[in-house]
Amino acid sequence: MIKVENLTKRYAGQTAIRDLSFEVNRGEIMGFLGPNGAGKTTTMRILAGFMPPTSGRATVAGFDVFSQSLQARAHLGYMPENVPLYSDMRVNEYLEYRAALKGVPHRRIGERVGDVKELCGLKDVERKLIAALSKGYRQRVGLADALLAEPDLLILDEPTIGLDPNQIRQVRELIRNLGKRHTILLSTHILPEVEMTCTRVIIIHKGRIEACDTPENLLGKIRQAGGVVLEAKVGNDDAAEQLRKIPAIREVVTDGEDDWKRFSLRVESGVDVREEIFRLAVDRRWTVRELTQRRGTLEDVFVELTHPDAV
Amino acid sequence: MRKFYTLLAREVRGYFHSPIAYIVLIFFLIVSGIDFYFQVSFMNQRQVPYTIQEAFFNSVFFWFAFVLIFPLITMRLFAEEFKLGTIEPLTTAPVRDWQIVLAKFFGALVFYLVLWIPTLAYFWIFFKITNQPAAHSAGAYFGSYLMLLLLGMFYLSIGCLTSVLTRNQIIAAIISFCAITLLFFLGLVQFILLDVTSTTRDLLGYFSAIEHMGTFSRGVIDTRPIVLYLSMTALMLTLTYQAFQSRKWRL
Repeated sequence: MIKVENLTKRYAGQTAIRDLSFEVNRGEIMGFLGPNGAGKTTTMRILAGFMPPTSGRATVAGFDVFSQSLQARAHLGYMPENVPLYSDMRVNEYLEYRAALKGVPHRRIGERVGDVKELCGLKDVERKLIAALSKGYRQRVGLADALLAEPDLLILDEPTIGLDPNQIRQVRELIRNLGKRHTILLSTHILPEVEMTCTRVIIIHKGRIEACDTPENLLGKIRQAGGVVLEAKVGNDDAAEQLRKIPAIREVVTDGEDDWKRFSLRVESGVDVREEIFRLAVDRRWTVRELTQRRGTLEDVFVELTHPDAV
Repeated sequence: MRKFYTLLAREVRGYFHSPIAYIVLIFFLIVSGIDFYFQVSFMNQRQVPYTIQEAFFNSVFFWFAFVLIFPLITMRLFAEEFKLGTIEPLTTAPVRDWQIVLAKFFGALVFYLVLWIPTLAYFWIFFKITNQPAAHSAGAYFGSYLMLLLLGMFYLSIGCLTSVLTRNQIIAAIISFCAITLLFFLGLVQFILLDVTSTTRDLLGYFSAIEHMGTFSRGVIDTRPIVLYLSMTALMLTLTYQAFQSRKWRL
């Protein structure tokens, strides 16, 4: 659905993205992840036909986004960052205008506008001026707009930014449902969102792709994937020293002021050391009240890839 | 074509949703009303060799209001979209750039023509009260309103160009005001500089909006200004289109 080859965009004096290549297949929900200024918006703007790349090629549904821009644009629904809208229009009026602009046949406009309002929960505010809408509703109007022409591809630039947790949950649910019929490329900083909704993730940093994989595989890759937490009363024993003797344990960090000590263990990936720790605890007569394998999150992957010193 | 009409309808509606439209309408009604009133009272005092319709379209009041309305009408066209970021959803919809440029231009033109509708009533009222025709022939009405249309198209296209060059409405308004005023006074130079050669004077005369209006409001339809204003409008709109497209490599 999207094919990007060696895409580069230079602004005066700086390179926003360099040599980006990736593909998004039909039916995928692709998460686009990266810190601010990584080049997410630039990439999405190029794909949406808002600006041309400096070099490289990108196609949407088989159409070049620059030389066949009109056809490419007809196949996608784009929701820009911060959702700029005409504040002097009413929600109904705006959606009808956008539907006509996107070439929805005249007799179907009413039906389509009704459908997207239903889908995005805009029924209550359909007669309101856009200027009077809250951030959450503006966001939904933007999403409704992107859906109007039933595009094959949705490009959503930070669809959940500025929403409260309930709204984020609703939008996430909506996106997951949309993923059944549309191909979606969405950008976000919110990592659990990507983990929960996306089938594949691209992590981009300083204009380069750092990783491109399924959320599960990415999790498998990270260092802390095999992390274990142990909380125990160890008395005068030097528990950290004992734990380090287990070969698979790479690092031990000790916390806790009173009798109960908390050990965060970094373990070689793919090894379960809990059994060994249990035996050690029995041998040394430690009282254990917690022994858990900590599952790595995308957040760990993200931090590790985009800021290696932080770990 | 349907997309063009959709854009045009949005532009025209945009005018009437904004307070600027009503301020311009009221300002224009007041100034043109005062103009008409003074012309009538002047004619009451003495015999004049022209009709009220000619006087109305050639007075200082008229020209004062005339050059001022264009920046007010056109400043928001593109600058506002750039400022608010609405240019992004607009240009990522499947519409062509020229459709956007033409829709904005014709939207402004529709609003401009609406401004002039009340002035028709002035002549009708004059006729009803005095029982004298306001102009000596129908051609005089036709000529003066045709010249209004032509001048309007040209000056509005200048406004389009200045609005596409900046995201600041005030800057757009100032630039177009300066450009329109300069062009307008180019025609006045022939009255100020008495020692210029007759060739220069003739040349300047060709650009003089005042002279054109003088001719047309007498009902004399000269094709030269028609060609001049239509081609200048086309040139300005072409430049606007080019400048609008340049956002792609400037960004």
